[in-house]
Amino acid sequence: MSKLSKLERFADAPGDTMKTTTCYMCACRCGIRVWLKDGKVRYIQGNPDHPVNKGVICAKGSAGIKHLYSPARLTQPLRRVGPRGSGQFETITWEQALQQAEDWLRPIRERDPNKLAFFTGRDQSQALTGWWASQFGTHNYAAHGGFCSVNMAAGGIYSIGGSFWEFGEPDWEHSQLLMLFGVAEDHDSNPLKIGLARMKQRGAKVVSVNPVRTGYSAIADQWVPVRPGTDGLLILALLHELLRAGKIDLQFLSRYTNAIWLVIDDEDHPDHGLFARDSDGRPLCFDTATGAVASAMNVDVQGALKGRHALDDGTKVVPVMQLIVTRYLDPKYAPAAVADRVGLTAQAIEQLAADLAEVAFEQTIEIETEWVDWAGRKHDRFVGRPVSFHAMRGISAHANGFQTCRALHLLQMVLGAVDCPGGYRYKPPFPKPIPPHPKPGRSTGPNSPSSGPPLGFPQGPEDLLVDEDDQPLRIDKAFSWDYPLAAHGLMHLVIRNAWAGDPYPIDTLMMFMANMSWNSAMNTTETIDMLTDTDANGDYKIPHIIYTDAFASEMTEYADLVLPDTTYLERHDAISLLDRPIGDADGAGDSIRQPVVPPLGQSRPFQDVLLEIGSRLGLPGMVDEAGNAKYPGGYPDYIVNHERAPGIGTLAGWRGADGDKSGRGEVNPKQLSHYVDNGCFWYGELEENQRYFKMANRDYLNWAKEMGFIAAAEQIILQLYSEPLAKFVRAADGRGDHLAPASHRQRIKQYLDPLPDWTAPFGWDEESIEDYPLSAITQRPMHMYHSWGGHNTWLRQLTSRNVLYVHHQTAADLGLDDGAMAWIESINGRVKVRIQCMQGVSPNTVWTWNAIGKKKGAWRMSKDSPEANEGFLLNHLIGEMLPDKQWGNADPVTGQAAWYDLRVRLRPVGDDEQGAIK
Amino acid sequence: MTDLPTTTTRRLGLVIDLDTCVGCHACAVSCKEWNDGGAAGPLPDSNDAKPDGVWFNRVHSYEVEREGTFSTLNFPRSCLHCEDAACVTVCPTGASFKRAADGIVLVDEDKCIGCKLCSWACPYGAREYSESRGVMQKCTLCVDRIDNPSLAEADRVPACVASCPADARHFGDLSDPDSAVSKLVAEREGVDLMPELGYKPTNKYLPPRQVPPPSQSALPEATPDWLDQVFGR
Repeated sequence: MSKLSKLERFADAPGDTMKTTTCYMCACRCGIRVWLKDGKVRYIQGNPDHPVNKGVICAKGSAGIKHLYSPARLTQPLRRVGPRGSGQFETITWEQALQQAEDWLRPIRERDPNKLAFFTGRDQSQALTGWWASQFGTHNYAAHGGFCSVNMAAGGIYSIGGSFWEFGEPDWEHSQLLMLFGVAEDHDSNPLKIGLARMKQRGAKVVSVNPVRTGYSAIADQWVPVRPGTDGLLILALLHELLRAGKIDLQFLSRYTNAIWLVIDDEDHPDHGLFARDSDGRPLCFDTATGAVASAMNVDVQGALKGRHALDDGTKVVPVMQLIVTRYLDPKYAPAAVADRVGLTAQAIEQLAADLAEVAFEQTIEIETEWVDWAGRKHDRFVGRPVSFHAMRGISAHANGFQTCRALHLLQMVLGAVDCPGGYRYKPPFPKPIPPHPKPGRSTGPNSPSSGPPLGFPQGPEDLLVDEDDQPLRIDKAFSWDYPLAAHGLMHLVIRNAWAGDPYPIDTLMMFMANMSWNSAMNTTETIDMLTDTDANGDYKIPHIIYTDAFASEMTEYADLVLPDTTYLERHDAISLLDRPIGDADGAGDSIRQPVVPPLGQSRPFQDVLLEIGSRLGLPGMVDEAGNAKYPGGYPDYIVNHERAPGIGTLAGWRGADGDKSGRGEVNPKQLSHYVDNGCFWYGELEENQRYFKMANRDYLNWAKEMGFIAAAEQIILQLYSEPLAKFVRAADGRGDHLAPASHRQRIKQYLDPLPDWTAPFGWDEESIEDYPLSAITQRPMHMYHSWGGHNTWLRQLTSRNVLYVHHQTAADLGLDDGAMAWIESINGRVKVRIQCMQGVSPNTVWTWNAIGKKKGAWRMSKDSPEANEGFLLNHLIGEMLPDKQWGNADPVTGQAAWYDLRVRLRPVGDDEQGAIK
Repeated sequence: MTDLPTTTTRRLGLVIDLDTCVGCHACAVSCKEWNDGGAAGPLPDSNDAKPDGVWFNRVHSYEVEREGTFSTLNFPRSCLHCEDAACVTVCPTGASFKRAADGIVLVDEDKCIGCKLCSWACPYGAREYSESRGVMQKCTLCVDRIDNPSLAEADRVPACVASCPADARHFGDLSDPDSAVSKLVAEREGVDLMPELGYKPTNKYLPPRQVPPPSQSALPEATPDWLDQVFGR
């Protein structure tokens, strides 16, 4: 009987039970309410009380129901019985699976723990997985940040002690001009959409710098179609214009940055390029009040921003600001000089600079709230410059991305627009001290934990993970002279290096939720060959592969042991302040997941399995003195009871025996039920007087110390000029105790400039630009961004095939009709694609949706599916190594995968070459 | 063949803001999820090799040209609950009907014979035929939400409105000039879709706002002493 046949009132609740939890359909961690009916998920809605999404929910979030019940779910442990790639497995019990893992891992730990490479992909439990790796004793650990956005994180952390996304956000309520750089359809998803709508409703202006006009760029008030890889040059041209006009917030720079610090500018001095410091190690400035050099840390100092000065011993020194002025006023950064290269007119660049200056300096806003600065001085208001910036992978995923991100922060700083009303705002626990902590840990030998967490932030050459011959200690060569500040590791080089035995062979590759044989691999075809390659004895060059995933992805069939994970709706999780928190600029936050339905089949939460493997191996911290599992209750047991430092645990909320402490406090056995009662999140809101200038706000800094975010309540001085980088340049100059090897000196000096500079991506010489004139980039559609959901029944109805988008004029010039087939060719190979013409793409750029094309039969989809027949990957055209095979196709500072440096040409498909997409 | 009510007490409908719609499909999938398990469900999905299904709400992205300038427009499309709904008058069985109380156009599946005349009559492509169920399906404005006492008051809006991250969808009574949606339409000069066809759609679209022109001049040169200033910490 149709329910719509009469005018009755509908009174049915969406289900019989509602449980709150945290979404995991992408990386944004929105709060959700999950309605169950007869034990099955009926409806997922946004949690209106949640600080991340405030009640809204995106396409991915609503499609979670089809994620849970996907035909692609893995429901039993599998052991490979045919050759790798054949898809032939036997089902085994969990006991057999765990025994197998133990049998492989125990001898590794007893001999050389680094023979285990443990790399996790879309892992939201890195506080656990990184700790597990260090307890096992391998420093070969990372998550997916190295091929995602480590440049964005590291560039910000080393400059302003924070970055975008989890680290900070535009002041949505006060900003009058927001410039987005390289922000595709997400990063982050719902908060950005909520914020953009809010800004537009207020009549504020949004500018999008992006070669493609879709998504956010489509609703921007101004679209700036920059050439991929040249954003850094555009930013430095904007800086040039602001300096030329003197539109610089000198007061902000003096108060909050190292603009007045003196840099040793003396080629004959052993510390040339480092800061001049007093005997206590405090940086110096030239005090104009006394006409003498003084500690830049003195409260009352009147530091000079310009000029050239000398220390008592005659050492020549110069303020950072003078270096900046000298560097960027160079005519090579003038708009007219960079215009052709960035693909814009000089006038357009000049206008952007004029708009920034107009809003920053003519539309100053004030919030009348009394606050106290780091030195105890009272202020009666927060004064702000309402220009803000947000940037993501479009500037991050280039070999020059680290310096481009640094340049963007430099721009924010000279405008005085960091953590002020209307500007970029930190999200607690950020800002963090600069240079950041901790330093990367290393293996200490058999049967021993590592010296510290595997990922960290080197402060100079002495912190590198290299041996006495300067060779990399890590399998991915992170923290070596190749990629010194590889703060997130280089997952994209693990399979290649393990296969090549470079720097050494490994025994077991353990991975989680990372499709490294397909859309997460650079050079997909050869990566598959590496996974299946054998030595002279017929043994696989990568002997053992353990893979954990909830779905039968392309990666599954190359594993020897497959462990079926649950989805996010079937387990506990912690989104921790120790990892990637959920707060906003007005408060700190963390959250949990709770199981809303039981695990499907034999699937088990990966985190439970990891802790069980750890206790079977007797890893320190995972067993008690008697050798029994320390967390027999699995991950939820760990979440509540594990302490990283006394009183500091995975979760910040409801600590202490009575649950009345936040941040620091004893373990509370009832902590998780408090979270559940509060919608599965905790949020600690800042007082009005703590909300701006957090890097120098006494009440904020005291609170942050109390919470355990920072070690001391001291001003965090923003770093225009980066001394850790200067230390590497010094080593490459042949100065100091840790000299760079001769093979790396030129590279280090060129790319680790302590002031951000723009360098052309690798291989962009005139000849290759002529041969491959177009840039090629990808993005994922909003309904799939950061999701593990290309197989999702509903989401794939929205996108199940991809085309190559080409500017009308570019296609016409090449004799390509709209809808024609074409070869897209790079130095690494070619793929046959269908093109579609559009206006909203820079004429020098082509693009497509990523991760739509699927391997035939993968994800348990029909071999006739459009994804397997009308989808393609650009990954085939992207080398994981540069053509010389010496360096990775990666940023030489951080190792970030340079996906978007790809250059291509298009060629019509000949009459004899027709047929299906390859 | 099926009569429309002569008047309706209210005219419930959607106001869709094309200025902030980013084309994320949040509305479409939330609609699919709610209605698949709700009073108008199920909304069947076709097979694996041909991924398609019944959707009450679809989002399209177009490039549009105005006076030589191109822009990208994201355009959500669903039933407009027309005052003069040809899909109802064309219905031979009375399956399609318009509620006199609030103007919502619905399909009584028990009476629907799947003849598809209504989908031919609708110029907006708002009706979706379910092959597997043999009936016509369409947007109900979430009749099982909007006055459902078991839902929290804030949730008594269509699922698409509740989900929209960009605040681009609004729901209310467009017959009441004092309603929030009517005021929004007046303020933003909301428009009917293809008014020349005469179906008097209830839903309104808010056009993208005009962009303020960028500044026209480059910055002037600084005075030579601009960097001489000194500030304390």
